[in-house]
Amino acid sequence: MDISFSAEELAFRDQVRNFFKQAPVSEVTALIAQPDTFKEGTIRWQKHLYAQGWIAPTWPVEFGGAGWTPTQVYIFETERVAAGAPDVLPFGLKMVGPVIYTFGTEQQKHRFLPRILASDDWWCQGYSEPGAGSDLASLKTRAERDGDHYIVNGSKTWTTGAHHADWIFCLVRTSNAGRPQQGISFLLINMTSPGITVRPIPTLNGVHSLNEVFFDNVRVPIENRIGDENKGWTYAKSLLAHERTVIARVADSKRRLEQIRQHALKETQGNHVMAQDPVFRSRFSEIEAELMALEYTELRVLAAQANGQGPGAESSLLKIKGTQVQQAIHELAIDLAGPYGGIIEGSLTSGDIGHEFGDQARKDYMYGRAATIYGGSNEIQKNITAKHVLGL
Amino acid sequence: MHFNLSEEQAMLQASSARFIAQQYPFEVRQQDVARANGFNPATWATFAELGWLSVPISEAGGGFGGSAADTMVLMEELGKGLVAAPYLATVMLFGRLIDLGAPESLKKSYLEPLIAGQLQGAFAYQERQSRYSLSDVKTTASRKGENYVLSGEKTLVMNGAGADQLIVVARTSGGQFDTSGISLFVIDANAAGVYTNSYRLMDGQLVANILLDNLTVAASQLLGEEGKGYELIEKVVNSAVLALSAEALGIMNKLSEATQEYTKARKQFGAPISSFQVLQHRMVDMFMACEQTRSLLYRAVCSVETSDADRSLHALKLMIGRNGRMIGSEAIQLHGGMGVTDELDVGHYVKRLMVINTLFGDADHHQQRLAQISLTK
Repeated sequence: MDISFSAEELAFRDQVRNFFKQAPVSEVTALIAQPDTFKEGTIRWQKHLYAQGWIAPTWPVEFGGAGWTPTQVYIFETERVAAGAPDVLPFGLKMVGPVIYTFGTEQQKHRFLPRILASDDWWCQGYSEPGAGSDLASLKTRAERDGDHYIVNGSKTWTTGAHHADWIFCLVRTSNAGRPQQGISFLLINMTSPGITVRPIPTLNGVHSLNEVFFDNVRVPIENRIGDENKGWTYAKSLLAHERTVIARVADSKRRLEQIRQHALKETQGNHVMAQDPVFRSRFSEIEAELMALEYTELRVLAAQANGQGPGAESSLLKIKGTQVQQAIHELAIDLAGPYGGIIEGSLTSGDIGHEFGDQARKDYMYGRAATIYGGSNEIQKNITAKHVLGL
Repeated sequence: MHFNLSEEQAMLQASSARFIAQQYPFEVRQQDVARANGFNPATWATFAELGWLSVPISEAGGGFGGSAADTMVLMEELGKGLVAAPYLATVMLFGRLIDLGAPESLKKSYLEPLIAGQLQGAFAYQERQSRYSLSDVKTTASRKGENYVLSGEKTLVMNGAGADQLIVVARTSGGQFDTSGISLFVIDANAAGVYTNSYRLMDGQLVANILLDNLTVAASQLLGEEGKGYELIEKVVNSAVLALSAEALGIMNKLSEATQEYTKARKQFGAPISSFQVLQHRMVDMFMACEQTRSLLYRAVCSVETSDADRSLHALKLMIGRNGRMIGSEAIQLHGGMGVTDELDVGHYVKRLMVINTLFGDADHHQQRLAQISLTK
């Protein structure tokens, strides 16, 4: 049992710290915060990381990744969050990329991986359907063979960023025989294909991120299928475990909690600051302890991965606890903002009134309600844990 | 970075697990704890033979020189077995105080018999009014020539009735709540002027109130410098909290697993009750609470003597209290009517967890300490 860093790791930490110090963090953060410039800011930031060779920390070097150890990834994430720098978008780099280099053909690797690394393609995820949420395997979007193409019909929903996307990775039904999981294939579909329609889904936070995606006789070349026909569920599952670990967002929660701490030391009520309020202190420290534990739960998962054990069922635990902590932080933040948490920007913003964090607290709280739903709802994660970890 | 056990730790874990599986079933524990001093001297002799009494004692003190992680491994297994033995009082408190505080000339005379299993010790730090404050000390020690004279009453002294030697906290100067002016004395439990009244706690252990009535103690029995005892107390209590937390985690895991096993075997409505989703989710909550607590234990163990040590320790004891309570209550609830019987071991594990929560500060106390560190500029 040892969590100390080696001399090389300490040198690496200094290098990372220095990189973030010189990176255009505040510029891109400002761009990303505004819906109109979100895409521009994201791509600019990702290209900056790409130029440094750090865009894909966990990808193997042979595919253009950094090939870092779990400890290096941890150091990088800690420094990124300390610098207030944005995370990368997960869909290409953390989700479909690993599926392509693990299960894809040589031709697929050459075609897609470099463009993912360079952020030349924007990816989105076509999993959920109107009738297939937690019961994902019941999905109905069909893909029928027509010569060397599939003809895809159906619809996907809750698709984050589909309105920006160049490509969508999709689970489609290619067979109705056997168990529902057995007739699913994994397709990569160009979003400019004729027959695709994207429709926005307005959400509680007032920011456009979710969409419905409709497929009407969309032609997809067979060479865009990952792996074997009807084996897509296997590839999808490996991705889901990664997705859950990503969703935990431990480092980001640390930063959010620190921001709350800073606000609470300034925000007054009567003759004291909120940091002295006993109920606030109680709520804050309860979250803090849970987050301190979660940080080490994540380290334990990383260390297990370094020993060659992939993220398995324990990733459900990270997802559940990680999102519970996120929501507890959102709740504490909007309560700390008090009456200034409910301001919708008009001629005055919450920042104009002197409560710059109120607006962010409201958006985070509203968007954050989704955290316990996406990536497999927390109730489903508990089912998975009960079955696969506890053997109940 | 890794969380693997060393070869020695793995051996210690295996030997303690084997002892509990082969020699320490629940019925034996119940007999042991009911004995005169709340433990079985034969069990203690086995501990000495297996080398467990030397684990946290330094090599200079004749011990194994084990780390916090070594102690953790042993204590977690003792927790799983609900072992009734004064390991905390004699080794983690008395032994460690001697090891860290006594001059070299004195060390061996206490630690050699302690490691051999022939000396029982106790640490008398609490008083009626002190609750969880370690610096609230009314017991006085006044210098009289080559001696000190001690007066006052200590409460809830673990192993106080079974101990041969006691370390007593007394005030040599300063006000009742000051951290300075606190001194430690090693005294003979059978000396004239020491009056012991013993009673049991809900976990079965025997504790004592110890009245010191103008007890004369040679100045040579002072541990460390006069008036500077608080720092030593904090250091030793912190390591005891780690050990106690490991024991608690062992209990929590045991309760969580026992509940899973019971619900798999128990049938109602023609099905094992473990197949009911509402119970499955509650058992997942218990499991997650165990894992989160384990993470904090690892954090605290890895953070000893770093700037993160105090925060980690407070967060850990907070979570031991909260999650221990939750797991205990859920274990009883999911065992149904059986859960409230004295016959089943579950309730006894729960009672031990409840006592652990009240040792060296409960969850509320440590939560406030954590907030003091975090929410100050």
